[in-house]
Amino acid sequence: MSATRSIYMDHAATTPCDPRVVEAMLPYFTEKFGNPGSRNHRFGWEAEEAVDEAREKVAALLGADPKEIIFTSGSTEGNNLAIKGAASIYERAPAGSAGRGHIITATHEHKATLDPCKRLQKEGFDVTFLEPPRDGVITAEMVRGAMREDTILVSIMWANNEIGTINEVPEIGALCHDRGVIFHTDATQWAGKMPTDVEEAKVDLLTLSGHKLYGPKGVGALYVRRRKPRVRLQAMIDGGGQERGFRSGTLNVTGIVGLGKACEIAAAEMGADGARLLALRRRLEQGVTSRLEVTQVNGHAERRLPHIANISFGFVEGESLMMAVKEIACSSGSACTSASLEPSYVLKALGVGDELAHSSLRLSLGRWTTEADVDFAVEKIVTSVLKLRELSPLYDMYKEGIDLSKVEWAHH
Amino acid sequence: MAYGPKIIEHYENPRNVGTFGTQKEIKERKDIGVGLVGAPECGDVMQLQLKVNEKGVIEDARFKTFGCGSAIASSSLATEWIKGRTLDEAEALKNTQIVEELSLPPVKIHCSVLAEDAVRAAIADYRRKNGLEAPAGQDAHAAPAHG
Repeated sequence: MSATRSIYMDHAATTPCDPRVVEAMLPYFTEKFGNPGSRNHRFGWEAEEAVDEAREKVAALLGADPKEIIFTSGSTEGNNLAIKGAASIYERAPAGSAGRGHIITATHEHKATLDPCKRLQKEGFDVTFLEPPRDGVITAEMVRGAMREDTILVSIMWANNEIGTINEVPEIGALCHDRGVIFHTDATQWAGKMPTDVEEAKVDLLTLSGHKLYGPKGVGALYVRRRKPRVRLQAMIDGGGQERGFRSGTLNVTGIVGLGKACEIAAAEMGADGARLLALRRRLEQGVTSRLEVTQVNGHAERRLPHIANISFGFVEGESLMMAVKEIACSSGSACTSASLEPSYVLKALGVGDELAHSSLRLSLGRWTTEADVDFAVEKIVTSVLKLRELSPLYDMYKEGIDLSKVEWAHH
Repeated sequence: MAYGPKIIEHYENPRNVGTFGTQKEIKERKDIGVGLVGAPECGDVMQLQLKVNEKGVIEDARFKTFGCGSAIASSSLATEWIKGRTLDEAEALKNTQIVEELSLPPVKIHCSVLAEDAVRAAIADYRRKNGLEAPAGQDAHAAPAHG
């Protein structure tokens, strides 16, 4: 590939490690390589101390007690452990029978939440998949409406990964605590970006991942409430009994140290970072929508993370748009970028028309995104959309005043 | 999607982009056949227009495509291939030839099928406008989309 300018706007997929994180991790690969499980020599103690310190930093980011933090390999594991682990403890009837309990989640959750819920559904649990309204926000009222006498678990993400919308988590937490229902939130996109207090939000289980907050990949944390109520989980990985039995396996010390450092930096800098990112996101959205007709910023206008923009462009297809803006690394809701050839289920769940769901870009900004990057992206996106509209039969029809929804398409 | 150089080349420099007029104008012109295949919700729509002379030779072709890079490249290539051919020759175009020429990855084969459909639909439209029968042995109702 040529040395053209390349701008990373896919921070919702993964973030680069902060150099301060890498620096903190390095000694734990070589000199301080011990196993925290080795209780009788210096190497083990050193490693254990580092893990304890990281645990405190993660807990501090969430307003939790360090004893409430379980280290995992990331959010997929965290969500699986939280959802399946809670379901098998709080079930109303044993495996093999029906009516094991009711679970509430939403159709635009991440697959790492949906698929564990679907597995539980096959295993005798009832699952309600809430359908989000057009603005994408799940409210406490929606959850209340779905609650049943046998509801045991609610799993609603704090903020959505594709559109950045923020659900009513503290309100849902309060509702769940009132009803004695366990509340899990996937905070992968939220934690480290927005102020978090698990006490105030009445969250029982919270998932986060290192590589979404400028830490390393392959490490994450699950917050498990210890008081009011003391939440229990069935472990999924059995073995040496590490992490108080919730998650066996030798601790990923380097990763954990990195996650701790990343959380520490996030806690100190999220205020300034968030304000800067919000201004950049608005500049991006306004820059693009003010210069192009038939565009749509997806998700609630206000209740959105500062760094995620999801924009649909009428009459152009997402994958070809991504090819046209190849200098910008971003993602698309286009079917053609997914293995399944289905357009984004998240945008579909929001009722975004198929033709607009095929034509969306998710641009997610990060700690090192500059105003110049945003201006470059706006220019590139605008010229590319105009160029592709020149190629688009749909745009011609629109210009001629033909109603695209009334055309008889040859479906294939 | 990592594409081969030929797809990228056609995508970046598409041949024969455009139309011979508005939808309304085209409807009234007997020398032009139009094929419009695909659907917006499937993520690709191709419009192919053929200009046919009195000898039954495709003098010129134009396309517009809403779709991914392979869909654009497939339609661009199809217009190149059918120019200068008779209707019967153009109708013999097979999607597999497009797959081969562009080295389309397996998940993109449907783009070549759509291009073949567009060519057939445009030819059928031209014949219909001019009261011509499809030659024997040809599938007269091949015009609409597949599957």
